[in-house]
Amino acid sequence: MPEKRPTRTRPARPASPAGAEQKKFMLRLYVAGTTPRSIRAILDAEKLCKEHLGGLFTLEVIDIYQRPTLARDEQIVAVPTLVRRLPEPLRKLVGDLSDSERVLIGLDLLIRDQPRQAAVAG
Amino acid sequence: MNQPKERRKVLADDKPATLPKAQTGIHGLDEITQGGLPRGRPTLICGCAGSGKTLFAIEFLVRGARLYQEPGVLMAFEETSDELVQNMASLGFDLRGLIEEKKLLIDFVRIERSEILETGEYDLEPLFVRLGYAIDALGAKRVVLDSLETLFAGLTNTAILRAELGRLFHWLKAKGVTAIITAERGDGTLTRHGLEEYVSDCVILLDHRISNQFSTRRVRVVKYRGSSHGTDEYPFLIGERGLSVLPITSVGLSHVAPVERIETGIPRLDTMLGGKGYFRGSSILVSGTAGTGKTSLSAHLVDATCRAGKRCLVFLFEESPSQLTRNMRSIGIDLEPWIKKGLLMLHATRPTLYGLEAHLVTMHKLTDEFKPSVVVMDPVTNLSTSGTVAEAKSLLTRLIDYFKTNQITTFFTSLTSGDQHLESTDVGISSLMDTWLLVRDLETNGERNRVLYVLKSRGMAHSNQVREFKLTEHGIDLMDVYLGPGGVLTGTARVAQEAREASESVLRQAEADRRKRQLDRNRQTLQAQLNAMCFELETAEEELKRINAQEETRNEVEDEDRAVMARARYADAQAASEPKEADQQERSSVHA
Repeated sequence: MPEKRPTRTRPARPASPAGAEQKKFMLRLYVAGTTPRSIRAILDAEKLCKEHLGGLFTLEVIDIYQRPTLARDEQIVAVPTLVRRLPEPLRKLVGDLSDSERVLIGLDLLIRDQPRQAAVAG
Repeated sequence: MNQPKERRKVLADDKPATLPKAQTGIHGLDEITQGGLPRGRPTLICGCAGSGKTLFAIEFLVRGARLYQEPGVLMAFEETSDELVQNMASLGFDLRGLIEEKKLLIDFVRIERSEILETGEYDLEPLFVRLGYAIDALGAKRVVLDSLETLFAGLTNTAILRAELGRLFHWLKAKGVTAIITAERGDGTLTRHGLEEYVSDCVILLDHRISNQFSTRRVRVVKYRGSSHGTDEYPFLIGERGLSVLPITSVGLSHVAPVERIETGIPRLDTMLGGKGYFRGSSILVSGTAGTGKTSLSAHLVDATCRAGKRCLVFLFEESPSQLTRNMRSIGIDLEPWIKKGLLMLHATRPTLYGLEAHLVTMHKLTDEFKPSVVVMDPVTNLSTSGTVAEAKSLLTRLIDYFKTNQITTFFTSLTSGDQHLESTDVGISSLMDTWLLVRDLETNGERNRVLYVLKSRGMAHSNQVREFKLTEHGIDLMDVYLGPGGVLTGTARVAQEAREASESVLRQAEADRRKRQLDRNRQTLQAQLNAMCFELETAEEELKRINAQEETRNEVEDEDRAVMARARYADAQAASEPKEADQQERSSVHA
């Protein structure tokens, strides 16, 4: 549904490798098993990274069933969760990444112009 | 005939199906829930901030691990593991030790609103995984989630959260763990986010309220599916050893009644109570207006108990310990040595210092530690100043229950205010008492005198007399009973009566003596007369004998003379007439 919302965002930086040189993205995607939702989240994440981050990213997919202690150590309460470990600050994107605009905001690839509650309403 | 039998059989078959329960180990809670929380099911603990939810939940885990060998998992959403360890250490719970022994696992779930951005649908599977992992790691039987509502602050999609929580509770049930879920109380609802919809097996409400400037904590079992439970609000306290729900003792009346007697310390009062004194483990009430000697009566019991080598615990609500010992010394009771010997403990507090429940817990604690055989509360009426009368009564009921169960004799003094009916107590506890002594002032002839009587004494023959007593330097002295036209004579009237009786008896004695003496005199006179007459009699007899003898002699002489004369006259015819003349002459000479 992102197309329905009036665009209140602008690109934070050119979506080109040149602008992302200083900042390499370290991402972790937590999923629970191979449910359709998990798979969709993995695909979405990969697609998003390729489109917006070029090649400068690492994306680690973690199945909480396999590594339950990691979920505890990184304080994961919901899946799917995409954790932006780098660049700082730490950010947790909870959900199946279907709202790509918010994902971009969460990754600081888009800057919000409007107050927060308008974005939350979606 | 067959029907009832069948019905009984059905009932008997039903019995094993009762709900299995997990004991909480929390002081008093297992009594009101009749055995604990539903085993293998989640229980909701709700209450406002600071009502003791977390403590309740953690005590459940600690007691489970320590007392019932049931390891537990705590999923904490609000406090970190270190914070919890520190906080609970102040209540005497060694969480670190339990963690090291693998009897407890704390998983702190941190949800930072600022870090999180929602990008679509999600579920809470990681929570399930983390919890499942922890449960399996310890073989945990108990789980606490404190408090799930933090999720609502961190995540915004309530539809998802609600669905997931519903799933979580089912999952917990399937796991077979006994769980406690804490939740903040909402406006007009039990919980802010309606968790009570999901956790429907057992809901316990904790409350913390201020009334008359005293804070009281209360616990109520709102519902308990499949089990009966106490439905009242029960006060509870957070003490040095965790939570205590009151009543600590059972709600039932099932204590054993001993037949042993204990001395009252006043021999003549023992006599009034069937000759042997109070029953051990009974409750005794002394009520009366101010200055009638209630405390002195209690001091006698204390003294007698300590003299018998038993312990005595005295709660003072009016006087300080030194004031009491000083005052009692004036009636010849020295309590000091008993204190030094460790047989007597005087505990003085102002009733208004803290709430009733806190008093109750202090009393329980001291009683547990000191193990007295007699407890004195002086005066019990003052307790009502730190709560309502009804609260004071319920507190006393519980106390008496507790003491009776432990076979501790209790002695309460109750101050009756001037305008009150004498046979009533401020806190309405008289019906709970086994023995009720009433002391009062009797105003007659311009003086006040103390009288005492036994209003009731269950299970023993007791005197029905109104007795005057005096506070002497040797203690309480029960006086003899003098009855006057207006009832029992007291004070100077009694003394006057005593004097009158004494003088009367003196007079009677004197009269008797006098009569005795008179009779004695009479007897002596008669005796003397008798002696004189006997003497006369003897004299007369002697005289008679003498006369007889004389006559005989004379007759012989006359016969001889006559014979001689006859021989001389040679006649025999005149011999018969002549001796008569001689006889008469002889007799007149004797009489002269």
